[in-house]
Amino acid sequence: MSTTIISTHHLTYSYNSTPAISDISFGLEKGDYLGIVGPNGSGKSTLVKNILGILTPLSGSIYLFAQPQNEFRQWEKIGYLPQKLSALNTHFPGSVSEITAMGVKKRKASEIKNALEMMGIAHLASRLIGELSYGEQQRVMLARALVSQPDLLIFDEPTTALDPETRDIFYSLTEKLNTTNKTTIILVTHDIGIIGQYARRLLYMDKKVLFTGTFEEFCASSEMTGFFGSGSQHIICHQHNDLEKIN
Amino acid sequence: MLIADIISYEFVQRALITGVLIAAACSILGVFLVLRRLSLIGDGLAHVTFGSVAIVLLIGFSPLYVTLAALPLVVVSSMAILHLTRSRRIHGDAAIGIVSSIGIALGVIMASLSGGYNADLLSYLFGNILTATQTELILSLIIFTAVILFVVFFYRNLFTVTFDEELAKSMGVKTNRVNVILMILTAAAVVSAMKIAGIMLVSALLILPAVAALQFSLSFKATIIASVIFSVISVIGGMLFSFTFNLPTGGTIVIFNAVFLVIVLLAKKMLQAKM
Repeated sequence: MSTTIISTHHLTYSYNSTPAISDISFGLEKGDYLGIVGPNGSGKSTLVKNILGILTPLSGSIYLFAQPQNEFRQWEKIGYLPQKLSALNTHFPGSVSEITAMGVKKRKASEIKNALEMMGIAHLASRLIGELSYGEQQRVMLARALVSQPDLLIFDEPTTALDPETRDIFYSLTEKLNTTNKTTIILVTHDIGIIGQYARRLLYMDKKVLFTGTFEEFCASSEMTGFFGSGSQHIICHQHNDLEKIN
Repeated sequence: MLIADIISYEFVQRALITGVLIAAACSILGVFLVLRRLSLIGDGLAHVTFGSVAIVLLIGFSPLYVTLAALPLVVVSSMAILHLTRSRRIHGDAAIGIVSSIGIALGVIMASLSGGYNADLLSYLFGNILTATQTELILSLIIFTAVILFVVFFYRNLFTVTFDEELAKSMGVKTNRVNVILMILTAAAVVSAMKIAGIMLVSALLILPAVAALQFSLSFKATIIASVIFSVISVIGGMLFSFTFNLPTGGTIVIFNAVFLVIVLLAKKMLQAKM
């Protein structure tokens, strides 16, 4: 029996009077790996922020783990990695382990150690976040998102500051969590190659949903060829087919 | 006069206890305000306090209850700053500036209506901890206890909101609730602190110890503790120094805080140069 993790119905949000997303409806089942893709300013991050309660939708409804979002209390089930911290103060006196511990209500040293080891930053545990490079900070934020072993992970452009090696480690980890633990994943990125390589479902949006479905449906869609161009569509489908062969 | 002789006076003991409690409360709140780039809120609320005190004195409240009577208006003003900041159309510093200038303008008008700047109003402008009443001591104890309880029970939420408010929201933290309580406590601390440093200098009690503590690159909890230590030493040192040399207490306390900050900054610079 499938479990619905997220469902949104006719979601609409505007910044002042400028529409950002309009009439967004989609659902996500346990174990799904959804790639959200769209051009700059298409509302991808706005959609994620509405789902997480950072922004309040103008209209429409959101259900998280089958509960209306405003009644949902089990936020530890969700791990979120923002595109960028809105204003990271380099003088912030928080150590790496303190920042990682934000992800759990009751601090357990073993959980924090595991999350830091998973991201290869256990040796930085007592360092202050402001002293680290941007890439290291991003790894700390990933550790924070993973520390509660969430059922749903939402990544908004997660690897922009990471070097290629760490990026590979990160995506391998998400794939392992998805296949082994059935962790549901939403990955927002403009990197269509990555989407094709790891995600199993695709949501293409430009303020509204233009396509949602499996990769097979995406690759067969002549409408999407119009949006992406045959070259880009081919790259995505080719990389996804390689992934299917490996699995 | 020996320090032991000075401390033996009951009014000095009351002043010391009131000063330590309020300075400690301010230094804890200051860490959160400085990190959230809301340092000037103390200045803004102090200006509003000037207006509130002028209104309270015009109405004819006894000087014994001026602090208590001024509190509601300052709390309302802190909510106005919070509301304006949230509107997204006004930046935090502008919101503080708006409320602050209205507070000062009200104070000037009220002072004029009550026949000019009388001695009572001037004592609030420059502070006089030695005149702290029993009511003000109890109020400072209540505020200190409230600040401690807030930090203990809301520690994770406060830490997260201070680190990144959007991230805190995504973790289900009721950020509005945290912000409202933080603002109310700051307003209460500012109103009480006007007795120590005066309206003109009250924001120094929020900013200076916190900024000095942040220079040490300690963990979050250790930074809060360091801020409290700086502030308490400054209040006790400043008060005793001012009694001994017959200087204004509020100004001396602030100078002690500033000296601490300068020493810390110089020490940090020297350490960095050696490395």
